[in-house]
Amino acid sequence: MDKTIKKVLVLGSGALKIGEAGEFDYSGSQAMKALREEGIQTVLINPNIATVQTSEKIADKIYFLPVTPYFVERVIVKEKPDGVLLSFGGQTALNCGTELYRNGIFEKYNVRVLGTPVRAIMDTEDRELFVDKLNEIDVKTPRSIAVTSVKDALKAAEKLAYPIIIRAAYTLGGQGSGFCSNPEELDALANKAFTYTTQILVEESLKGWKEVEYEVVRDVHDNCITVCNMENFDPLGIHTGESIVVAPSQTLTNSEYHKLRELSLRIIRHIGVVGECNVQYALDPESEDYRVIEVNARLSRSSALASKATGYPLAFVAAKLALGYGLYELKNSVTQTTTACFEPALDYIVCKIPRWDLNKFQGVSHSIGSSMKSVGEVMSIGRSFEEAIQKGLRMIGQGMHGFVGNRDLSFDNLDKELSEPTDMRIFVIADAMEKGYSVDKIHDLTKIDKWFLYKLMNIVSLKDELKQFNSLKELPAEKLREAKIFGYTDFQLARYVLKPGVLEMEKGLLEIRKHRKKLGIVPVVKQIDTLAAEYPAQTNYLYLTYSGTDHDIQFTNNNKSVIVLGSGAYRIGSSVEFDWCTVNALDTVKAEGYNSIMINYNPETVSTDYDICDRLYFDELSFERVLDIYDLEQPEGLIVSVGGQIPNNLALRLHGQDVTILGTSPESIDNAENRHKFSMMLDKIGVDQPGWKELSSIQDIHDFVERIGFPVLIRPSYVLSGAAMNVVSNAKELDQFLELAANVSKQYPVVVSEFIEQAKEIEIDAVAMEGEMIAYAISEHVEFAGVHSGDATIVFPPQKIYFETVKRIKKISRQVARELKISGPFNMQLLAKDNDIKVIECNLRASRSMPFVSKVLKTNLIELATKIMLGKDVEKPGKSIFDLDYVGVKAPQFSFSRLQKADPVLGVDMSSTGEVGCIGEDFYEAILKSMLSVGYNIPAKNILLSTGPARSKVELINSARALVEKGYNLFATRGTHDFLRLNNIDSTTLTWPDEKTGPNTLEYIKEKKIDLVINIPKDLSQEELDNDYMIRRAAIDYNIPLITNARLASAFILAFCKLDLDDIEIKCWGEYKV
Amino acid sequence: MKESHSIKLILEDGTEYIGKSFGARESISGEVVFNTAMTGYPESLTDPSYKGQILVLTYPLVGNYGTPVWDKENHMLKYYESDKIHISGLIVSDYSFQYSHWNARGSLADWLEKNSVPGIYGIDTRALTKKLRESGTMLGKIIYQEENIEWYDPNKDNLVAMVSTAKREVYGKGKNKILLVDCGVKNNIVRYLLEKDTTVIRVPWDHDISKEDYDGLFISNGPGDPRMCDITIKNLKSALDGTKPVFGICLGNQLLALASGAETYKLKYGHRSHNQPVLKVGTKRAYITSQNHGFAVDNESLGKDWEPLFININDGTNEGMKHKTKPVFSTQFHPEASGGPTDTAFLFDEFVEMIEEQK
Repeated sequence: MDKTIKKVLVLGSGALKIGEAGEFDYSGSQAMKALREEGIQTVLINPNIATVQTSEKIADKIYFLPVTPYFVERVIVKEKPDGVLLSFGGQTALNCGTELYRNGIFEKYNVRVLGTPVRAIMDTEDRELFVDKLNEIDVKTPRSIAVTSVKDALKAAEKLAYPIIIRAAYTLGGQGSGFCSNPEELDALANKAFTYTTQILVEESLKGWKEVEYEVVRDVHDNCITVCNMENFDPLGIHTGESIVVAPSQTLTNSEYHKLRELSLRIIRHIGVVGECNVQYALDPESEDYRVIEVNARLSRSSALASKATGYPLAFVAAKLALGYGLYELKNSVTQTTTACFEPALDYIVCKIPRWDLNKFQGVSHSIGSSMKSVGEVMSIGRSFEEAIQKGLRMIGQGMHGFVGNRDLSFDNLDKELSEPTDMRIFVIADAMEKGYSVDKIHDLTKIDKWFLYKLMNIVSLKDELKQFNSLKELPAEKLREAKIFGYTDFQLARYVLKPGVLEMEKGLLEIRKHRKKLGIVPVVKQIDTLAAEYPAQTNYLYLTYSGTDHDIQFTNNNKSVIVLGSGAYRIGSSVEFDWCTVNALDTVKAEGYNSIMINYNPETVSTDYDICDRLYFDELSFERVLDIYDLEQPEGLIVSVGGQIPNNLALRLHGQDVTILGTSPESIDNAENRHKFSMMLDKIGVDQPGWKELSSIQDIHDFVERIGFPVLIRPSYVLSGAAMNVVSNAKELDQFLELAANVSKQYPVVVSEFIEQAKEIEIDAVAMEGEMIAYAISEHVEFAGVHSGDATIVFPPQKIYFETVKRIKKISRQVARELKISGPFNMQLLAKDNDIKVIECNLRASRSMPFVSKVLKTNLIELATKIMLGKDVEKPGKSIFDLDYVGVKAPQFSFSRLQKADPVLGVDMSSTGEVGCIGEDFYEAILKSMLSVGYNIPAKNILLSTGPARSKVELINSARALVEKGYNLFATRGTHDFLRLNNIDSTTLTWPDEKTGPNTLEYIKEKKIDLVINIPKDLSQEELDNDYMIRRAAIDYNIPLITNARLASAFILAFCKLDLDDIEIKCWGEYKV
Repeated sequence: MKESHSIKLILEDGTEYIGKSFGARESISGEVVFNTAMTGYPESLTDPSYKGQILVLTYPLVGNYGTPVWDKENHMLKYYESDKIHISGLIVSDYSFQYSHWNARGSLADWLEKNSVPGIYGIDTRALTKKLRESGTMLGKIIYQEENIEWYDPNKDNLVAMVSTAKREVYGKGKNKILLVDCGVKNNIVRYLLEKDTTVIRVPWDHDISKEDYDGLFISNGPGDPRMCDITIKNLKSALDGTKPVFGICLGNQLLALASGAETYKLKYGHRSHNQPVLKVGTKRAYITSQNHGFAVDNESLGKDWEPLFININDGTNEGMKHKTKPVFSTQFHPEASGGPTDTAFLFDEFVEMIEEQK
């Protein structure tokens, strides 16, 4: 190891976005742990305040700053690190590092790039260099032609013959890539791709080939291993981030497996990676012919998955190798006795399934293909494919019970659905099997290897057998066991054997549970030990399976353990922030002398790292599985309030089975979750709330709306597709909406609430002990109410609310805490208009903003809450929000560029995929840092204003004036232009997209003559005028920063008009003193 | 899915594991060993080194890609390691009744059945493996329908004599003449040698090699206790007095060790996997290797003219040795892989280079 390295700069990946999510919190945290073990000081740049890596216990110095060359250089100047790690922060860190290298910054400040040299990274990122490089060692890549213009792309496609695929260099997860069957499709896609990149690749199509990946590791002595291989369930053509993936490969022979393995070693050696890389192959399903599709010379989503799939800590090892260690010098951290220089042997199968949230977006296509749209993933572990896939399909958390047993999943045009996959693909296969499609036919339409389909068919066949039985007496014990081995839950078994009605399900599944326990049909706990039991291992990394008779571990049952339930798959509304909460709860549980037990199944998290807790159950967060584990562990209790909504929803049911829930009682949780009960309670304690009603007929809705007046917020029951929560402003919109939500009924009622315009939205995150509020943090939204709190820009401490408002919010919170006898974390959202305060939501659990306020306040609210839940006495922290001399701003990150056709507009449903939190001396500095961190730039020259309703026009007057004073050129659509002129502000008119004459907005955007687009929607309905939609969408597609909220636009504009980049202070978190 | 019959495994310590039958419906006994490889069952099952053994595969899903076609190349089956199944019985967790692969000609169950080899699925193979790890390799019986059969300890037999070729055979027409002493050789060793412009003369384990004209001598892998091959050891002793290059693999390593005066011993549960790390002694180079052996060479017992060539990084056992002055070396692992990683295939090149230098 190189002893001259004392201080290392680590680049993070910033906000979570599609294609770049929690996996980099995991890899960065591992890397910093590895450095810390060597006594090396770490300096981290990452504005993602909700991550675990941005914690004192992981990094020594943390800069909540944008991961861009400008800021990284300034941090280098200040910190003078000896080395830098570029491969642990995804594509963001890699691109930033590459640019710094090109500009000679590392050389200038004597910073050594540790691990894989930048030259090697560039060889893998530039397609032409990459192909040349692999040609040098006789490794095949798809036949392809690199082009720099649309015209050349069309020519290249003629040469290769359609269908072809195009790929853009230097982009996240396949952005700007896709298949084209004809010149028209190519023309459209290539145009778009060139907005992200200057070079694209036109390639032969290998649609239908198997897709296989290898995770490869190399040290400075040229020792190489492959840690894991993985096979995509979906053949090539579907991005690996969009595909179900299994590890290890299932349909490859030894010869194929090792042929690709040998190629992987040849490639990593030739490229010169030191650390980890990922090689993706296409493998001909009819021969051993192959192509190398891609090499990622950095830690990736796949490497995080491989780490979790095998128990091999790839990021940790890669960091050690970057410091110059030889592989054979490192220990296998699972066995502690064998070497890290080996290839894990699995004795189970893992199955990764993507999680999509496409219903959250207006207008987006549901088809899946060569670019990534999923927002998270799950990993399930089993000892049969049937078990693993059924577990996984439940884990994705969209109300599914497995491969079979789901209601309302019938598809019309099956052939089309099978050949043109959507996010529902796997359930389409289930439906096809149900409707009698053969494996051969499904294979012809999907090209999915028949082996996978046979296995799925096994699940369906067993279901048909189960249906023959009508009672537990009839059901043979062997059949029951077989069903459990195939991953059937008590719920599925109840549905097929007992056949209860919807309301009787709970009773039915409990009956199954009781029956099978009596028969001794219970799951066993197995370890993930990296060596398939060949060597004894101290591992605490566990899963449950029915394919087995013996537990690998012993249970002490001494009530000295506490189980913490995790947050499941990352999805819109629940991601890394809950992982931070879970990890902190585990730390506290341990610190208080308990054994900490974690249940979670998200491979992109730090909480599923086995060194985080005493026992990790990588398994389902379901009623059944949690009970299974509870039965075995007999813990002191369960913590359900730090993992978001999934554990929260289980609380009452678990409580019903005599499970001890620590902290706030499940009845209270239910009193807050249940709209009616909560509302009654607020009335009782005299706290105001917007008027609302649950209604089950169209007439009732009209009557109610007439009484409270427009606008109103309407939430349909969740089962209705095509109609999400929405605000409607007039009778016409209401009719349109109700048409979509056609089947309003007693069973599927609609909740209609009063919608208050121009109101401030305020949040309080707090911790209470036996009903007494111990600590709190009040923050305000920049946007007015109507923007989902997950999409809002949040300021803490609040800068613009009345003292009186704060006082009253505190009072209300105290009342609620007392009434619900809260012991633990809670969060409330309130509206304030003038001095009128109304409660809109209350959750008796940790919230999304918990890490943000905890870090800004420098008071760990989760630690406090966990101590309370464990029954420890805590002291009220002395700090209050008035002591802070600085301001934190949390800003959302959107991934609209990934979601073709989606309208990038904010509404009452959440659509952001991540967030950042930055700290500044004042509001303007903090918001500027935050906005720059989520991809905005300070515009160069030209700004397009299209400011919507009169209210927004007024809101933006001052900012428009500031822009002109600052020397910006304003462009405006007609109405905005007229309004500006009335106010003596100069602007140039651009015509609407659909107008034929004059300089057109769309043309200006496409020609990149605009540096920032401000487009405020006319009203809050989603039926937005075509023209506005086209402007917004063009801004996204041509990669021009877009703001659609007047108050946010105004705040951002004022910030960059007041401050230049150089005015921004480079201060680490520790330098902001409370 | 086919109708499955109950079948069980009994270990010599009395433990019983009840599973379901696939393959031949027969009872057999042998030595129970486990292998942690995740691919390569057609290769393992036809590896003569498994003679007399009941094989437990720790990877739970088996049979997925069926069994390959019976094409021949150079008079050897192209996709198998010998002409028949050598294991006595197969134990897995989850057998895949349907298979899918472009090169498959039939199912694993049918193949086992044709070769009269019983298979069991539905057993907790992880629990069984841990048992073997803790207690060491044990004798076992697969009992189909309560049939009563005797225990059988294969290590008491000369297994090599059972699997070695019956007659001298010649492969290829290359310029380097290699004499291959077949103690149960895997086809892939012959395939690798033939790639290097060689003629391979394959002779039985007890063949009098002193009468043969060759450029290099190769001692193959094979089953059982190396000390059973006293004739081979004696023959090797005289060959080592000469100066011709010698290369041994697996049992070949052990036989060379015994011929040189060193000792061998039985490992508690052996090395059978595709992920064994070895370090080349005196260097920083490590390799991942394929292994299948129950006996090992005692490093301490190596004579003064000999030194260890490779060491197992996990447990420090001998993974190969070389003569300090002569072109003689051997490995405990399998550079020919099949199945397993191909990292050390370069050793075949080194062997042939030695031959060419000597000429």
